Amino acid sequence: MANGENKKSPKLEETMEGNILYNLDPIIMKYHYEIDYIHSYAQDSPFFAGLVKGKIMGTRCDKCNYGYATPKTHCMQCGSPTKWVEVPLEGKVHTWTTCYFGGEAFLKETPFNLVLVEFEGFDSLFLSRLIGAEQKDIKVGMKVQARFRRKSKFDPTDVYFVPA
Amino acid sequence: MRKVYMVSGGITKFVKASPEKNFQLMVKDAFDYAMKDVPKLNKDMIDGCVASYFSDHFARQLMAGIMVQDYLGLCPKPGKRIEGGGATGGLCFQSAYEAVASGRMEVCVAYGFETMSHVETWKGNEFIALASDTNYDYPVGGFYSGYYAMMVVRHMHEFGTTREQLAKVSIKNHRNAYYNPYSQKRMKITVKDVLNSEMVAWPLTRLDICTMSDGAAVCILASEKMAEKLTDKPVLITGVGTGTDAMRMADRPHGNVMLLPHEKASDYKNLKYPGVHSFRAGRAAAKQAYEMAKITNPLKELDVIELHDAYTSSEVQTYEDLGLCKYGEGGKFVEEGYPFLPDIDYGLNLPKQGVLPVNPSGGLIACGHPVGATGLMQAVFMHWQVQGSIKKHFGDDKLQVKNAKRGLIHSHAGTGTYVTATIMERGF
Repeated sequence: MANGENKKSPKLEETMEGNILYNLDPIIMKYHYEIDYIHSYAQDSPFFAGLVKGKIMGTRCDKCNYGYATPKTHCMQCGSPTKWVEVPLEGKVHTWTTCYFGGEAFLKETPFNLVLVEFEGFDSLFLSRLIGAEQKDIKVGMKVQARFRRKSKFDPTDVYFVPA
Repeated sequence: MRKVYMVSGGITKFVKASPEKNFQLMVKDAFDYAMKDVPKLNKDMIDGCVASYFSDHFARQLMAGIMVQDYLGLCPKPGKRIEGGGATGGLCFQSAYEAVASGRMEVCVAYGFETMSHVETWKGNEFIALASDTNYDYPVGGFYSGYYAMMVVRHMHEFGTTREQLAKVSIKNHRNAYYNPYSQKRMKITVKDVLNSEMVAWPLTRLDICTMSDGAAVCILASEKMAEKLTDKPVLITGVGTGTDAMRMADRPHGNVMLLPHEKASDYKNLKYPGVHSFRAGRAAAKQAYEMAKITNPLKELDVIELHDAYTSSEVQTYEDLGLCKYGEGGKFVEEGYPFLPDIDYGLNLPKQGVLPVNPSGGLIACGHPVGATGLMQAVFMHWQVQGSIKKHFGDDKLQVKNAKRGLIHSHAGTGTYVTATIMERGF
């Protein structure tokens, strides 16, 4: 073999993985980004574990008795540690809306109702979905009842509310 | 603390999408405009910068601030980024104020931008909703318009505020925008148009809500010594206030109103405050700014306001936080015409028209809301109002509030978590 034929000029490997272009002037293209997080609920884990057992776990301050319907493991008022307590499964609509649009992840679920629920004996509220009622049926002050998913997702949608 | 002046400002026209310019170039355009307005200022006299942008997700870039600073040719001077959701611009402005007030800098540039067109609108809404508790709130249906809708539903329940009253904010801001070349939504609309517009989250329609945008804004702040050298129309910053509240709306307390000097505890005997109907952070910010600027009756002592109207509802709620009227009277305040400009025909019967113009620029509703630029845009518009230079910059003096000597700018983050209020006065 002649010497010259052995010499290969260095080349970057060519692939079929091009980009999707939308425009040339200026160049506008698709850029994909995706990630899986290793997310810990940390000291809030009992709340999410509670949903699986059909309980809404809130917290109550040992020192000042402030009741958190959405848990805080330290009291926002006095800074003391709180203890886990069960929140009643019936409450009242403190405020609400019906969403006809949403973030992309929730668009397919529209229209859906959001409610902030208030509970007897608790100072803070709880954000949830209200199922089984339309915009015209929902009123501030109406009684609502908690229900739980059978197949838990380990997120706050494991509980939702229906008219009581 | 030393006296701090705003000596110049510049903005790009906010647009839905600006693919032909990246964020560095947008800021550069606004910066060059501001520099041109004070020809005696050169880059050597600038001591440092503060960068304002909200979202790394939208930017698809970490440390975008330094990329602006190097593009402006301002390295190796001091610089940093400020972030606080929708209030990022207002916080950035106050950070630049602090740099000059403390004596660390003689001249400080506050610049801000956002490039929100890089994702589709509903993906953008998802990004914005990540500025709510991602354990407890976001998964339930993360959507800021939904959150603000819940807040105004409670405001309506508590005080009897109506959709028609909210619509009047939309009419005002879209109509004012007619005379602002920097605005992007110029519309002559009626109450009916707003109510019949597509429903986004009850009771807020598309015409009650601002638009995600691309844009940039720049403010140049200076010490007294430098302000005297640079301009014969400096604007003095006489009050700064910043308030905060819990991220989760569910956690907002139900206590007593934080009173301003012209209010009494007996005004609010049965009101649980702030709940989710009012922004305690806005009241806290206003209270500090008023105390510092020695304002005891804001309705009488302010001439013009640019406030954060991401939603018509939040403009009405903010009238009350700022003490322009009592809590619960925000709806009536707009209905009677107080925040409208005196010389524009809005097609409405407004017995108190023009008492204290709010958002003469058209606000976020008509100019758009490229988050990191927004709070600085308000400062630029207010700078021009207080200088009396609206005609020079807009090419028309229709929006110039006559004899505007003292104004307030107000910047607001997600459901009222961070709010800033800043008082700007004629310094000449």
